[in-house]
Amino acid sequence: MKGRLEELRRQAEAELSAARSRDELSAIRTKYLGRKGLLTAVLRGLGSASESDRPALGRLSNEIKEAVSSRIEEEIRRLDEEAKSRSLQAEKIDVTLPGRRIVSGNLHPITQIRNEICEIFAGLGFSIVEGPEVEFDYYNFEALNMPKDHPARDMQDTFYISDSIVLRTHTSPVQVRIMEKRKPPVRIIAPGKVYRCDSDVTHSPMFHQIEGLLVDRGISFGDLKGVLTSFARQVFGEKTRLRFRPSFFPFTEPSAEVDIQCVICGGSGCRVCGQSGWLEILGSGMVHPEVFRIVGYDPEEVTGFAFGLGLERIAMLKHGISDIRLFYENDMRFLSQF
Amino acid sequence: MLVSYRWLKDYVDIDLDPKDLAARLTMAGLEVEAVQETAPGFEGVVVGRVDSVQPHPNADKLSICEVTAGNEKFRVVCGAPNVRKGILSPFAKVGARIPGGFTIKSSRIRGELSEGMLCSEEELGIGGDASGIMVLPDRLQPGTDLAEALELKDTVLNISVTPNRSDCLSIVGIAREAAAVTGRKARYPEIRISESQDDINRVASVEILDPDLCPRYTARMIKGVKIGPSPSWMRMRLEAVGLRSINNAVDVTNFVMMELGQPLHAFDYRLLEEGRIVVRRAKEGEPFVSLDGKTRILSPDALMICDGVKPVAVAGIMGGENSEVRDDTETILLESAYFNPSSIRRSSRRLGMGTDAAFRFERGIDPEGVLRALDRAAQLIAETSGGVVMKGYIDRYPKKIPEKAPVVLRPARIREVLGLAVEENKVESILSGLEMRVERKEGFFIVTPPSFRVDVSMETDLIEEIARINGYGLIPETMPQVQVRSGTEERKGVVETRVKGVLTALGFSEVINYSFIPGESADILGFPEKDRRRRFVRILNPLSEDQCVMRTTLIYGLLDTALRNANVGCLDLRVFETGRVFIAAGNGDLPEERGKLAGLLSGVKFAGSWGGSGGEADFYDAKGALENLLEILQISGAEFRSGAGEPFLHPGRSAGLLIEGDPVGYLGEVHPSVIEKLDLKKRIVVFEVDFDFLAERSRETGAFRGYSRFPASSRDVAFLVPKDTESKYILGLIEERREELLEKIEIFDVYMGKSIPENVKSLALRFTYRSPERTLTDEEVNRIHAAIVQGVIEKTGAKIRGEEVR
Repeated sequence: MKGRLEELRRQAEAELSAARSRDELSAIRTKYLGRKGLLTAVLRGLGSASESDRPALGRLSNEIKEAVSSRIEEEIRRLDEEAKSRSLQAEKIDVTLPGRRIVSGNLHPITQIRNEICEIFAGLGFSIVEGPEVEFDYYNFEALNMPKDHPARDMQDTFYISDSIVLRTHTSPVQVRIMEKRKPPVRIIAPGKVYRCDSDVTHSPMFHQIEGLLVDRGISFGDLKGVLTSFARQVFGEKTRLRFRPSFFPFTEPSAEVDIQCVICGGSGCRVCGQSGWLEILGSGMVHPEVFRIVGYDPEEVTGFAFGLGLERIAMLKHGISDIRLFYENDMRFLSQF
Repeated sequence: MLVSYRWLKDYVDIDLDPKDLAARLTMAGLEVEAVQETAPGFEGVVVGRVDSVQPHPNADKLSICEVTAGNEKFRVVCGAPNVRKGILSPFAKVGARIPGGFTIKSSRIRGELSEGMLCSEEELGIGGDASGIMVLPDRLQPGTDLAEALELKDTVLNISVTPNRSDCLSIVGIAREAAAVTGRKARYPEIRISESQDDINRVASVEILDPDLCPRYTARMIKGVKIGPSPSWMRMRLEAVGLRSINNAVDVTNFVMMELGQPLHAFDYRLLEEGRIVVRRAKEGEPFVSLDGKTRILSPDALMICDGVKPVAVAGIMGGENSEVRDDTETILLESAYFNPSSIRRSSRRLGMGTDAAFRFERGIDPEGVLRALDRAAQLIAETSGGVVMKGYIDRYPKKIPEKAPVVLRPARIREVLGLAVEENKVESILSGLEMRVERKEGFFIVTPPSFRVDVSMETDLIEEIARINGYGLIPETMPQVQVRSGTEERKGVVETRVKGVLTALGFSEVINYSFIPGESADILGFPEKDRRRRFVRILNPLSEDQCVMRTTLIYGLLDTALRNANVGCLDLRVFETGRVFIAAGNGDLPEERGKLAGLLSGVKFAGSWGGSGGEADFYDAKGALENLLEILQISGAEFRSGAGEPFLHPGRSAGLLIEGDPVGYLGEVHPSVIEKLDLKKRIVVFEVDFDFLAERSRETGAFRGYSRFPASSRDVAFLVPKDTESKYILGLIEERREELLEKIEIFDVYMGKSIPENVKSLALRFTYRSPERTLTDEEVNRIHAAIVQGVIEKTGAKIRGEEVR
């Protein structure tokens, strides 16, 4: 009887090794372990064995039964896994195809620069305000200490709507409008479109400026330098070198042009900076006492500084754009780069 | 302004090289834009001495000369008639290069060896005289380089002079600045005049009829002049600063203008009728031929210089053809005057005559420098043209220009404005260095600026002078001592940033178009006659007809963007723009400026993607974008009403947008005829809304609304309704029942076509029922749902195409 058991074990194991499908494994299970199975039959015949042999035979047959049973389970698991892995293989995709993207649009580079600069000044406590683009000659020129027939008007080629109305040539009239409305202290920036009758690679009849004005007690030229240096370093990098160069604007005195060391050549001189090593980025100065008088501030009580910068110029420097007109052609090949 | 470094050194001792000087001037406010070295167009030419002249054996007109240059002697064949023993002349050695690309070679001329060439002015490109070889001054050393000997090498500074610094529009003016920044003193040219016995006052007179416009007029006369070319030193000076040499008289007036900043004019006295100068306004419509040969029609706001009968010059701007110095002029009347700056500026602009003289007069010349320039020019004309200055001068000065008033300067104020305490001695030395008279009184400075500093009259002006000469770099960087607070932004700006964020996330790119558009845009878009968008703000001096009015809509610019992109092959576009439109107000008021937001869609969303293109953009894409925006801005009460009434939109595929009944914009397909007119090829959808209105209505945050934790139950119904029935109508019928348990309705399918009758559409709705308090039973939902469906059928005659419980 023991021999019979051992033989059944060998036979079952051989069959299991040959089995290639779940069905075959089920058939083997039925053949050996089923109610009418071969092992079951041997077990049933245990009663005919001798009393002394019975416990050992019983143990052996159970052991064989369990071994076969667990082997079947194991085989099923193996087959299942093989099948799963085959089906996953069949689902393989081409991972090199481009991803399915949500194509988002782009902000215009001028808007991006505007936002960046506004955030910097907001952080310094400046509030953002606006003013009209079609402006009275009075606010654009006269109140800024540029009476009619003043040669300084030549600095800005003006589009006229009538004798007394112009397209603003700078954002500076916002200074006057704000000071007329508010008592000091004033701390504002005014971004917006401005217009000049001029068009070439570096001049556009419409462009964007940001005006800044800080008026309070005890504001000095040193403060102007401090604030604008901090600003320029935030835009162009911590190591940016600056210089403040005397200049002239009728509505500020002393006036300064602010240059940064050329971002292209690092100061050694190149085509972009005209070999000077410096790039002009903004105009600034201490508010002229005459402007204070015009808006009803007492120049002995308060002092202040103002500045104005062209966004196109800054964007051109930052991105290495050499033709200002590209900003307004709105070619998608241009816009999609920012 | 161009400044010759050599010329500059006549008036100030500079030990800086031109580049360093340029840097110093730039940092003192005279921006040097370029530093250009100039050199003559020849090389290898030296000073040669002619030691002997022998006739050429084989040619009558040639001679054989022995030329010494340094330690060497050369044999040279020369054809010049003026060659003679002992003269110095430019000698081009073998290997020298002269203008025109010629290199001198040793050669045989009619059989005789020639080892170089004696040159004329013209051959060297330094003058116009080609009649013979150039004769050089005896003081020169034979053998020295000619360019060195004649000081032909120079450096020219191109200085950008700001409009306030009229005193710097001259070489002496720049010399004064150079002196101030280097701690030197500038020299004025020495003037020596030897006068004849004839008194000018016997033969000429000046009468000023309009002293407001001409406060001062001075004149001198020079007799017996011989008009001809100027000496080469003067020509070189003028050419170095960009002026063309004309003749010895005119050149002197230009030379002195460049030297001292005072424009001058030379008249041929013979052509001045009655020997009189009358300064008066022009008569209305009076014609006048100026020096440039152009006829000008004058008006009374132009000031004229006249003789006893007729105008002879536009005052301060340009002389007339009828009185200019000619080749046979013998007597010159020289004018040096002060004209009212505003008047000159107005006239020069009106007449379109931006001359060097006008440029200086309109910025304000030195009222005390008028006579000096007159004398200097008289001296130079006499010297260069062989004439003699007549005795005396005329000085009519009916309207005294006030002397510079002293200005009080408080040391404390310097510190206040600059944030730097400048030592008082330093202050004094800076101001004196600028030729200001400085006194100290009770702790203050009393400063009197020189007459040429027309820009200095206030304390602030002095502080600026101190700052710029002392150096802006010395002022420390500080942060303002102001109250700490964060900046605020007007609501509009905040909303704009948010809207732009949403639109870019939705795939729209931002564009910026010019605010000016062509006037014909109103016709292209078909605005009706009374439409306010025809009330254009017109530019009086536009750059072109395409940019002659301010936009009243953003749509035209967006269509232009579409066209530009289509022209370069980009037909798939999703763009938006924010910006102002301008509606003219008339009667001298500023126009209404209104912020708008507009968008344009054309072509497919995902062009060139293997995963599907997303389909051609249509009305619903635009509408969806607007709905997204309204949702983000938390604006409720929006209604899209069929037919925008916009002539440039497709009448059946456009809608007006209303917010709580107020019209705020429109959207729709662009009318096919507009597409055709603009040659746009593709269907285009646009929208434009009043951005200012949306910003006003938007809300920052909404209150949280709770939601039910019980399950929902859904029912789908497809109604068959006439094709023209708007979905809004059906949904309205359902909503007006105010069924509390109906949580939401969605339209999940719209179908027209096969399997349903023509002119009918199937509108498939999904009803979701839910209670905040309990789980609804099927019976309950069925009952409510059936009543709603029945209601729709009764009101509309709709048929049920299908139904499903989900």
